[in-house]
Amino acid sequence: MNRTMNRTLSVKIIALTVWGLLLFSPFLFQDVRQVEVAARIAVFIVLVASYDLLIGYTGIVSFAHTMFFGFGAYGVAIALKQIGPGWGAWTLGTLSGVAVSIVVAILIGLLSLRVKAIFFAMITLAAASVALVLASQLSQFTGGEDGMIYSAPDLLKPSTKLLTDAEGDVLRIFDVRMNGKIAAYYFVFITCALMFWAMLRIVGSPLGTVLKAIRENEGRAEGIGYRVVAYRTAVFVIAATTAALAGAVYATWLRYTGPDTTLSFAIMIDILLMVVIGGMGTMWGAVIGATLMVLAQYYLRDLMEVASRATEAIPLLPELLSPDRWLLWLGIIFILLVYFFPAGIAGTIIRGRTK
Amino acid sequence: MTHPSLSTRDLTIRFGGHTAVNAVTCDFHPGELTVIVGPNGAGKTTYFNMISGQLMPSEGTVEKDGLDLTRMPASTRARHGVGRAFQLTNLFPHLSVLENIRLAVQAQSGDGRRFFTPVTRLTELAAKAERYLEATRLSDRADMPAAALPHGDQRKLEVALLMAMEPDIYMFDEPTAGMSLDHAPDVLDLIAEIKHDHTKTVLLVEHKMDVVRALADRIIVLHNGELIADGDPGEVMSSQIVKDVYLGNAGELT
Ligand SMILES: Nc1ncnc2c1ncn2[C@@H]1O[C@H](COP(=O)(O)OP(=O)(O)OP(=O)(O)O)[C@@H](O)[C@H]1O
Ligand SMILES: [Mg+2]
Repeated sequence: MNRTMNRTLSVKIIALTVWGLLLFSPFLFQDVRQVEVAARIAVFIVLVASYDLLIGYTGIVSFAHTMFFGFGAYGVAIALKQIGPGWGAWTLGTLSGVAVSIVVAILIGLLSLRVKAIFFAMITLAAASVALVLASQLSQFTGGEDGMIYSAPDLLKPSTKLLTDAEGDVLRIFDVRMNGKIAAYYFVFITCALMFWAMLRIVGSPLGTVLKAIRENEGRAEGIGYRVVAYRTAVFVIAATTAALAGAVYATWLRYTGPDTTLSFAIMIDILLMVVIGGMGTMWGAVIGATLMVLAQYYLRDLMEVASRATEAIPLLPELLSPDRWLLWLGIIFILLVYFFPAGIAGTIIRGRTK
Repeated sequence: MTHPSLSTRDLTIRFGGHTAVNAVTCDFHPGELTVIVGPNGAGKTTYFNMISGQLMPSEGTVEKDGLDLTRMPASTRARHGVGRAFQLTNLFPHLSVLENIRLAVQAQSGDGRRFFTPVTRLTELAAKAERYLEATRLSDRADMPAAALPHGDQRKLEVALLMAMEPDIYMFDEPTAGMSLDHAPDVLDLIAEIKHDHTKTVLLVEHKMDVVRALADRIIVLHNGELIADGDPGEVMSSQIVKDVYLGNAGELT
């Protein structure tokens, strides 16, 4: 038992280190692209953790997670585009995105969470496809395939001077300009950290144990007095709301929203891979899975570029390591990870390598 | 006599052409422990399943204190005080023994809906779970996953879950089956304790004759899904009809 606690502790330390790096990343990594990566990691941690509530804790398989992510993002995007950049519009957009998510989640939940899991998964798949089609068809609202570009509220605009020095120029702290960009980054960081913390509270609450009980033995959970369909619907709504909020935050950060950044099935697959790599039902695994995947997506090609150059003298190898083949290598890495960490990285560390 | 706490009227279920329970009408009273006997496949477990809500009857009704439960889901029946332990161990395998019991405790107290309070802060919940851990002598295994327990302890945990629900109706389905002789008394003592409360209604499926003799206030006999005898334990056990039923199953009643 003590060993399990130590192992859990080491997972927490890894995850908290990631959060610590994210906290200081504008100061540690001053390249624009690096801060872009940090913000994407923060948002995807929340997205993956909320998906873990469904698949890892409750045993619900849904393919509609990016749909809810998209509802939040499109809510903010449409509001900022139509009404103009202000916190009023932002709040309205976020609340609309969340409201639509809650209504759709309740409808899907009550209609189909009482039937077979496979049927539920199909329904979510259908709903997500409809959302994707709608987003590209209703192009006067959504910008169609091209998406929308809009401005963020003033505070978060790159041109905003957050702090100024004596001459009225943007103040620099440790060489980092205190402008709207840094405000935008910390807006992302703080909202994502709060949502992750809230989800930790949920899994550590009595409700969290009920969710696991439903995953483990739905019949007995019902038998001791838990209305399983109500609990499933509730967690589906919680996860949908969180995904929508994450979408709203991401849309604010990117100042662009389109099918490829939010709704696409490619992102749904990313989320699935991240939750599997991190470890299902661990919550902390979301941090590890999201970080590794996003890093690989951004840097694997660069890394291969370097490797391919370094091996120029050797036959065949530079070919194999050509950056064009990065997806192949991502696949290989993924297979190796699943082989060596069958319960995901966090899950395997906690449970130990035996079994 | 007091009003029945639980009654079934013409309770019937058919699986395809096979009638597993056939028009069973029976009243159960608070403070009374009824043992249900019958050969394998008689329909005892199926009868239980219709009372606690795992199966919906083809015909007939189930009432508790005058409330019609027949169409209610199992969870609602549990909240109305119908508690059930299963013949085939039916636990939450990867959750710890303590978590298993706490789940039943928090279902009963209504804390299961709390979604933001850390479990560790709900000391009352923990204390209550501890009590049932001790009552079933599982304290030193509290942190083990239920699946890792030896069979006898899993049976005890099964009973602990039922106790922790604190129901009005206790339904035990062969609680000591497969248990070693030194474990069985733990469970039987608990059942005896519930019986001495005199306010609870206990239904017990049990084959072991010494257990039946020690605990039963009343015996009912199911055979091919039908209720064929009902009454005082001594009379029922010595009646011709029971001997006939068990003739082909000699050794069943030991
Ligand atoms: N879900 C089901 N589908 C089809 N037949 C069933 C189902 N459940 C029970 N039966 C049948 O109903 C009959 C009664 O079974 P039941 O389990 O109630 O007997 P029992 O009295 O509990 O027997 P045992 O002493 O072996 O536990 C059996 O013939 C069984 O095969
Ligand atoms: Mg049975």
